Amino acid sequence: MNPQRLRQIGIYALVACGGALMIVPFLWMVSTSLKTTAQSMAFPPEWWPRPFIWENYTQIYEYMPFFTFLFNSIKITFFVLVGQLLTCSLAGYAFAKLRFPGRRALFLILLSTMMIPSQVTLIPVFIIMKFLGWINTHYALIVPAFFGSVFGTFLLRQFFLGLPNDLEDAARIDGCSPFGIYWRIMLPLAKPSLATLGIFTFMGTWNDFMRPLIYLSDMDKMTLPVGLALLSNHQDIRIPLIMAGAVLSLLPILVLYIFGQKYFVRGIALTGMKG
Amino acid sequence: MPGRRKLIREESLYGWLFVAPHVLGLLIFTVGAIVASGYLSLTKWDLFGAPQWIGLDNYRRLADDEIFWKSLWNTVYYTGFRVPLSILFSLIVALMMNLKIRGILWWRVVYFAPAVSSSVAIALVWRWIYSKDFGILNSMLSWFGVPALNWLGSEELAMPAVIVMSVWWSVGTNMVIYLAALQGVPEQLYEAAELDGAGVWGKFRHVTFPMITPTTFFLLILGTIGSLQIFDIFYVMTEGGPNFATTSLVMYVFQNAFEYFEMGYASAVAWVLFLLILMLSLIQLRFSRWVHYEGERK
Repeated sequence: MNPQRLRQIGIYALVACGGALMIVPFLWMVSTSLKTTAQSMAFPPEWWPRPFIWENYTQIYEYMPFFTFLFNSIKITFFVLVGQLLTCSLAGYAFAKLRFPGRRALFLILLSTMMIPSQVTLIPVFIIMKFLGWINTHYALIVPAFFGSVFGTFLLRQFFLGLPNDLEDAARIDGCSPFGIYWRIMLPLAKPSLATLGIFTFMGTWNDFMRPLIYLSDMDKMTLPVGLALLSNHQDIRIPLIMAGAVLSLLPILVLYIFGQKYFVRGIALTGMKG
Repeated sequence: MPGRRKLIREESLYGWLFVAPHVLGLLIFTVGAIVASGYLSLTKWDLFGAPQWIGLDNYRRLADDEIFWKSLWNTVYYTGFRVPLSILFSLIVALMMNLKIRGILWWRVVYFAPAVSSSVAIALVWRWIYSKDFGILNSMLSWFGVPALNWLGSEELAMPAVIVMSVWWSVGTNMVIYLAALQGVPEQLYEAAELDGAGVWGKFRHVTFPMITPTTFFLLILGTIGSLQIFDIFYVMTEGGPNFATTSLVMYVFQNAFEYFEMGYASAVAWVLFLLILMLSLIQLRFSRWVHYEGERK
């Protein structure tokens, strides 16, 4: 065997070993979710469930209203997406294309607030929500999204800056109002950037743990991650059921990820803001 | 030209209208909230009645609060290991993923999968992997004669265990960012290095590494800011225990605010976190001369 080929094999082995490390926890999750309680506690652990207990996936409804959690997560994520995309694209368009007094200064102030960790504002925002009577409602999680995010506005401003002015000028001569230009010309052009911001917002909201934990208290209002965490603290819950819950909670986002890989990767590559 | 002036006025009006929701949010949820948080940190308040002004008492109390110091240390400990380890491993993975290997797109999917998963689901399965009596980790270690370790239940091991899991979780995210940077390194530079007789290591050392320092710096700053704010994986994996060995600053804010209803004291802890983030970011910026910006005039 020549050294070239040997190196090739070495690289393959390295990639495969690393890949196995990444995937093993997921496989372990699925394997455990299909076992009997007794087998899940076997030592040394066994990989292949014998027999397969598919009922684990139906039994978890006795401990947690999975579809209620799922519905809540979808509902909150949907409205947060609408709010973020609308507000950020409006502001991003204005900062890029419309001339108004104070524009530059305002944008700089906006950017400088990016450094402020959300934990510092957590308590006052909680107090605002309490004052509004929105504790234990989904409003507390949805409404702030309609006030935009610095990252989203910045992302869309950068995109709109790259568009030529001719389009707008032509539309304006035809008597189109700035809102008409935004809605009918700019938004359709911004689809790729909106998708990127959308994926980013989706991941953040769908996986958000702290805010739902703080704001929600009724079981039927919980989102998937918080519901799952509460389920796992249940006194008499069995490990295979917890793992089944974890698998179910991951399915929607993993399916979406596999189909929308391109946007996920671009969203992350553009930001890198996580954990 | 009255017509033109009208148009300019209209444009200004729409401009302000379009940014209004965001600016309003900025005033209420950021500027207002920061000021309110600073004020609250100087008061004692349990959410009922009016906040009671106590000056710097909360900060004095912090100085003698053992759990506060412990959580500060834990946060720094976690950040100090997680950020460099995550950067190192994600760079190695990104270098592998940048090679022309068959099926590389699918490997990228695999390496990135943890990054899209919710922290709760991930933390739950790792909690099970780390289990002392039934965990696969102890089972694998027993092949090498290592006795069963109580990973999450021991004060010494809990933090390293969480750090390992967190590095695993974050490698995918950083890898994608590195990959974008690697693909932006001009091919001519490698060709030139080859002509000068550089090998694989030489090319990495003198071409790849300097060219991606801006990305490394970016990951360092954002990773630090993110790690200092860690909450959810600790909350699910260890609930801050054992004996506060994995209580992070944000967890301590959370506990004080929403379990003990000490809004003033919790705000003071949050402000310490804010100052810590600011300080570390400034230090990193100050010592950023190792970062190479292509096209920068020195």
